[in-house]
Amino acid sequence: MPTFVYMTRCDGCGHCVDICPSDIMHIDPTLRRAYNIEPNMCWECYSCVKACPHHAIDVRGYADFAPLGHSVRAIRDEEKGVIAWRIKSRNGETDLNLLAPITTKPWGKHIPQLADAPAPSQEMRNSQLLYNEPKYIRMDDGDIHTLESNGLHMEKGVYY
Amino acid sequence: MAYKTIVEDNIDILVAGAGLGGTGAAFEARYWGKDKKIVIAEKANIDRSGAVAQGLYAINCYMGTRFGENNPEDHVRYARIDLMGMVREDLLFDMARHVDSAVHQFEEWGMPVMRNPKTGAYLREGRWQIMIHGESYKPLVAEAAKKSADKVYNRICVTHLLMDDGKENRVAGAVGFNVRTGDYHVFKSKAVVVGAGGASNIFKPRSVGEGAGRVWYAPWSSGSAYGLMIGAGAKMTQMENRIVLARFKDGYGPVGAYFLHLKTYTQNCDGEEYESKWFPALEKMVGKAYLDTEASHVSHRPIPTCLRNHAFIHEVNSGKGPIHMVTMEAFQDPHLEEIGWHNFLGMTVGQAVLWAATDVNPKYENPELTTSEPYVMGSHATGCGAWCSGPEDISPDEYFWGYNRMTTVEGLFGAGDAVGGTPHAFSSGSFTEGRLAAKAACAYIDDGKAEGIRVSQEQIDRRREEIYKPMEHYKVYRNEIVAGSVNPNYINPRQGLDRLQKLMDEYAGGVTVSYMTNEKLLHIGLKKMKTLEEDLEKVAAENIHELLRAWELKHRHLASEAVIHHTLFREETRWPGYYYRGDHMKVDDENWHVLTVSRRDPQTGEYTMEKAPLYHLVGDIEDKALAELKATEGK
Repeated sequence: MPTFVYMTRCDGCGHCVDICPSDIMHIDPTLRRAYNIEPNMCWECYSCVKACPHHAIDVRGYADFAPLGHSVRAIRDEEKGVIAWRIKSRNGETDLNLLAPITTKPWGKHIPQLADAPAPSQEMRNSQLLYNEPKYIRMDDGDIHTLESNGLHMEKGVYY
Repeated sequence: MAYKTIVEDNIDILVAGAGLGGTGAAFEARYWGKDKKIVIAEKANIDRSGAVAQGLYAINCYMGTRFGENNPEDHVRYARIDLMGMVREDLLFDMARHVDSAVHQFEEWGMPVMRNPKTGAYLREGRWQIMIHGESYKPLVAEAAKKSADKVYNRICVTHLLMDDGKENRVAGAVGFNVRTGDYHVFKSKAVVVGAGGASNIFKPRSVGEGAGRVWYAPWSSGSAYGLMIGAGAKMTQMENRIVLARFKDGYGPVGAYFLHLKTYTQNCDGEEYESKWFPALEKMVGKAYLDTEASHVSHRPIPTCLRNHAFIHEVNSGKGPIHMVTMEAFQDPHLEEIGWHNFLGMTVGQAVLWAATDVNPKYENPELTTSEPYVMGSHATGCGAWCSGPEDISPDEYFWGYNRMTTVEGLFGAGDAVGGTPHAFSSGSFTEGRLAAKAACAYIDDGKAEGIRVSQEQIDRRREEIYKPMEHYKVYRNEIVAGSVNPNYINPRQGLDRLQKLMDEYAGGVTVSYMTNEKLLHIGLKKMKTLEEDLEKVAAENIHELLRAWELKHRHLASEAVIHHTLFREETRWPGYYYRGDHMKVDDENWHVLTVSRRDPQTGEYTMEKAPLYHLVGDIEDKALAELKATEGK
């Protein structure tokens, strides 16, 4: 369902323009408010809906197959680390409130700064290992899997 | 035109396109290249770009080796069976032996990964899939990439790779334009990792209006991975291997969690199981090596995705549609019902919107499924992409030329959709491939392979002129007409896209012809493709946004042309259910148990096709299953 923008809520801040992966949220030059310039290139990804500080952006299902009268709203809260959804069906029988976590840790604090990580040794450069390996890639403390370690060899042709 | 030329010089590693592959590359490059200059050029905003922009509810490629679940070779075997034998097993093994490292780091960074309360292992959806709350998957990996990169250029549409004017077939950076300011950007770089995407919207979609946006793969996946690399003369592989998806009708919502976790299943309009009745005839088409229902039953050997599509398509064409997903049983459990909805909200919100709009309550009604239009990409159950070198400790000579994930153009690396022959990488595998490419690119530079690169002013000026040509063209011819979009001297990008989609659909096996094509149709397709190429020289862009669409179209066109050449070359029906060569309706292992490799000459546009050998590294049946089979035989 392509996005649309409520006239009275939008203040033209441009958060949606900044985030839209499809480059279809633009500011109307006369009204100074955002709108969807190309609905058939809208994936309904909700990136703009989630980014809008005024909840001014909503979605109306694609006209070629979605009847009117439904609503799927989202509020994403980075500080609390959750996203809240409300789904209302056309006939009103489905009215669901769903909550999901979006992160388990304070935003961005636990991603390593690799510039500050100890430099890899020449031995590691010559090996097949990547950063932080062999941690997590084996059950035991052994080295990376190779054809030899796993008793495999490559054979050319049709038969496996 | 008044647009500025902005040059970013002395880059070591340029990441062109920062989805999961590109963010993995930028992140890892910093570790191996502490003093290297790492720059990202991204078409949208890195926080929400690529196929994972709206999030994911599952990570579909996770071995669980540390929990004793699978070894890398098990995944290779699975991907090979699913792709009817046609995969690069060296690249797949390499991806699989590293992928868990990426997934566990995502969890360390703050990604909510669900765990099995009994075992402590990640909660499995299926054998390879784990469940996550991945609404913020993309912002999270973007953060990691931003920490590693020297500079991130958002809103740069990369149109071409730059080539070394001193040494033939060596990359020297990339050029493009800023989608906001219109400025011309030149990135001079020693190595380039292409992390750009595969292609949606090259085959005519089933939808007829606004719904064209609700494609299965993101509408901004413009085949730029292929457009850029084909344009630079890199060899491509398996471009015929487009994918068709069986998904919830119209919304294309995911079915993985439904099948695997919620244990829903499909049936025809009469409430009957329909797959098995199509399998005996299909067994004759593809041979027992690829479909042996009895053996599959005993050994739990999966039925390839394309063959299940085949049964679906034939059932519908025999008048037994629609095919339904039976949700009414699973959805009686409120916990499973909630998971069903979360699954959509986490990665395909549009399907939730559609069910709300059409009053579908899966507790009381079994929703319809459909088979999609074809898509050209390389990280789902399909392996289109560039012909890349594998790692030195695994790859045979034919698959190895110095640097892991390097294409046949020196210094040009790929990750994700860009790398051919590596299906089932999904998000985590694409990120992993980015990491592998970055390490190799650092070694390439450290080995002195990028010394003495020269980029002439002539090349920079020529590309600049080429990039803005659609806007010039518009200015020159716009005032010949009063108003409107009909002009005898140009087409706009949307008109060009419509033409591309129609011809791919009708001649290359799209949905309106039930995925059928043949040699004659493909030849006509190629001819029309050539005239379209001529007309694309006359595509007109009214503004910078349309210029973006014009270049996306040109990338889609290059990708499509490769698809037709490859489809023509492979004279067999290797993947019934993805497409059919009506003139060769069987799998032909004697002649076609090979990978297809193409190269488009950047000067002449001529294609050359060749076969590359397939190497297999593991037996067909797993040790565990084999032991079980032998035990059964003994009884």
